[in-house]
Amino acid sequence: MSALVVLPVVVPLLAAAVLLLFRGQREFQRVLATGATALLLVVSAVLLAQVSAQGILAVQLGGWQAPFGITFVADHLSAIMVLITAVMALASAVYALVDIDPEREASGFHPLFQVLLVGINGAFLTGDLFNLFVWFEVMLIASFVLLTLGSSRAQLEGGIKYVSVNLVASMLFLTAIGLLYGFTGTLNMADLAVVLPEHDAGLVTTIAMLFMVAFGIKAAVFPLFFWLPASYHTPPIAISAFFAGMLTKVGVYALIRTFTLLFVADVGYTHTILLWIGGLTMVTGVLTAAAQNDIRKILSFHIVSQIGYLIVALALYTPLALAGAVFYLVHVIIAKANLFLIAGITRRLSGSFDLRHIGGLFQHAPFLSVLFLISALGLAGIPPLSGFWAKLLVIAAALEAAQWWVTGVALAVGLLTLFSMTKIWQYAFWSPLTNGVVLAQRPSRLLYAPTIALALLILLLGLWSEPLIALSDAAAAELLDPSRYVQAVLGPATSDVGLGAGHAPVAGGRP
Amino acid sequence: MEVPFAFLVGVLFASGLYLMMQRNLLRFVFGLLLLSGAVNVLIFTAGRLSRGVPPIIPEGLAAPAGPVANALPQAVVLTAIVIGFGLIVFTLVLVLRVYERLGTVMTEELGPALVRSPDAREEP
Amino acid sequence: MNSLILRTTTQLMITILLLFSVFLLLRGHDLPGGGFIGGLVAAAAVALYLIAFGADAATLLLRVRPRALLGAGLLAGVLAGLMGMVTAEPFLTGQWLIFDLPGNAEVKLSSVLLFDVGVYLVVVGAVLTMLFALEQG
Repeated sequence: MSALVVLPVVVPLLAAAVLLLFRGQREFQRVLATGATALLLVVSAVLLAQVSAQGILAVQLGGWQAPFGITFVADHLSAIMVLITAVMALASAVYALVDIDPEREASGFHPLFQVLLVGINGAFLTGDLFNLFVWFEVMLIASFVLLTLGSSRAQLEGGIKYVSVNLVASMLFLTAIGLLYGFTGTLNMADLAVVLPEHDAGLVTTIAMLFMVAFGIKAAVFPLFFWLPASYHTPPIAISAFFAGMLTKVGVYALIRTFTLLFVADVGYTHTILLWIGGLTMVTGVLTAAAQNDIRKILSFHIVSQIGYLIVALALYTPLALAGAVFYLVHVIIAKANLFLIAGITRRLSGSFDLRHIGGLFQHAPFLSVLFLISALGLAGIPPLSGFWAKLLVIAAALEAAQWWVTGVALAVGLLTLFSMTKIWQYAFWSPLTNGVVLAQRPSRLLYAPTIALALLILLLGLWSEPLIALSDAAAAELLDPSRYVQAVLGPATSDVGLGAGHAPVAGGRP
Repeated sequence: MEVPFAFLVGVLFASGLYLMMQRNLLRFVFGLLLLSGAVNVLIFTAGRLSRGVPPIIPEGLAAPAGPVANALPQAVVLTAIVIGFGLIVFTLVLVLRVYERLGTVMTEELGPALVRSPDAREEP
Repeated sequence: MNSLILRTTTQLMITILLLFSVFLLLRGHDLPGGGFIGGLVAAAAVALYLIAFGADAATLLLRVRPRALLGAGLLAGVLAGLMGMVTAEPFLTGQWLIFDLPGNAEVKLSSVLLFDVGVYLVVVGAVLTMLFALEQG
């Protein structure tokens, strides 16, 4: 079964290699890229099934035993994230077949997209902090190139902001890793979880804050989010949508992982800061969104505000809250990306992303309007859609923890989200067209396929939420009990594992 | 040995951050270069400095004969250098493209240059 | 750059540098060296040629696109990693084939070497992709 844990990284990596070799053949590239992404979906689904059946899976790469080698670990959280990545990747890949122009395909869109998947899945599955950094950078460099692919002026201008802020975050991340290593002598996360409680809590918390800032920038939390709305609307929609769904969530994942497994020495301090950050992120995101007129910008600011809910759920640090965080992650990734994809079709129908120039879409494209309504109301948290359960779990957790102000903020932000979605609905779909044109051409059916599938998922997760809630509960239980993670990685006898022991590789090496 | 290196890291960090706060994008990139150098020295120092022999196991033995230098920070730094190198080259190319397309590398002129440009409203 | 001295030395140096890069690659398993540093030396050789004779000449010298080298290297690396799985060991576990030759010599073929070759190609491909991107401005 060990093979399964690395396959979500190996499949896109192989695909990227072959795609790079056959750069000229456009048709071949399109078929292979879509096929590989579909295969990734299958692999990820099997992985999640295996994790549910057998508990946390761990592989020591190259047979070098933890904590010395690099470990890949799949627990419920990782497996769920890998699966949702594959779902979104397939949706974006199919949408991209129409949306990405031949020029961008020729300059390497398909291999880059696969490399992006390699980085994301690697980040979700690795059990080593430095390795996490490496996967983050793989993801970043691919996202840099995807974001600026085509080099339009707007893309370059947004790209500079995205690149510079994220590079600073990477440097902070690496600094934090260096300090942690100097402090503890290990970078294996399970080993760190064992070793860290023996160290001075004050210093650990100091390093934790560095990690919080680094991951916070990548997750786009208040006050470090400004790079996101400055850049996410510039690339083609297929890329925007995938970025909107996934990239910040990798930062959120890293926050969840480190602040449940490693930095739990002083929860009263670190998680209170997280709670404030989360609350402020929700509010600033949603308020700034209200002032925008470009659909993509409205949606970009809503990404920020939704991240706030996730951070609040992490900060509450109870079983219910963490289960809510996992459910919310899945929900928001689907809903947000789908809204971007629908905005892309809207633009094809009306010629603009600007709310002031479009209108009357309900009359011309009623089906699209329904898709939009499902995703938008889902995002706002209207029953019976997925967002309702996501918000319910987080708000119930906040009530349970007696965090009244956060509860109030979360409810108010939900209302304001509804306001923003209503605004798009009102201008783009409901009101008669006053200032602009409705283009006659019908967008390709291929564009609709992923949006329909995702809208159905939103409905399904709303109407039949028990399986995902059960999975989220399992994930939360694992997150709150790090010893299970540690055991899976280091084996049952954790006490005698430490650095300095004369170690030999279990396998590999020279015969 | 670690203390002077700690100061060196501090100086590198400070100069890197100072450069990164400049309005010229090229200086930003140079700042980034210094910063990534600073982080690498930091990791290297964090692994404790020693005038050890290289961590290579002699033929026929299962473990090194005497005390050797810590190999892990070296591997980590090597990886970090490679990644940093790639990122900085990409950033340089990006700055070059920005200069070609927008005609400036001063951050406060980028926004106005975008609004002025003929394809400001270009959509992907 | 149009310098007779540079051109002449480049023509001499490039052979030596490329040979040296292969030497480093093969030496890497037991001694300092390896695919990464070998790849850098090889990339430096092509970079030297690029500076001396220009990007077009360097493209001709290379015959393949740098990105194809990148792809081939990635493929070699992943395949080397997958070999470990054939024997149901974890990803990236080294596999060995040892041939005994007459005269007390032996030839060892390993997935580790294939991985190193992959690294070599990836490094050459990546560095040259960047260089060409900068050169073509």
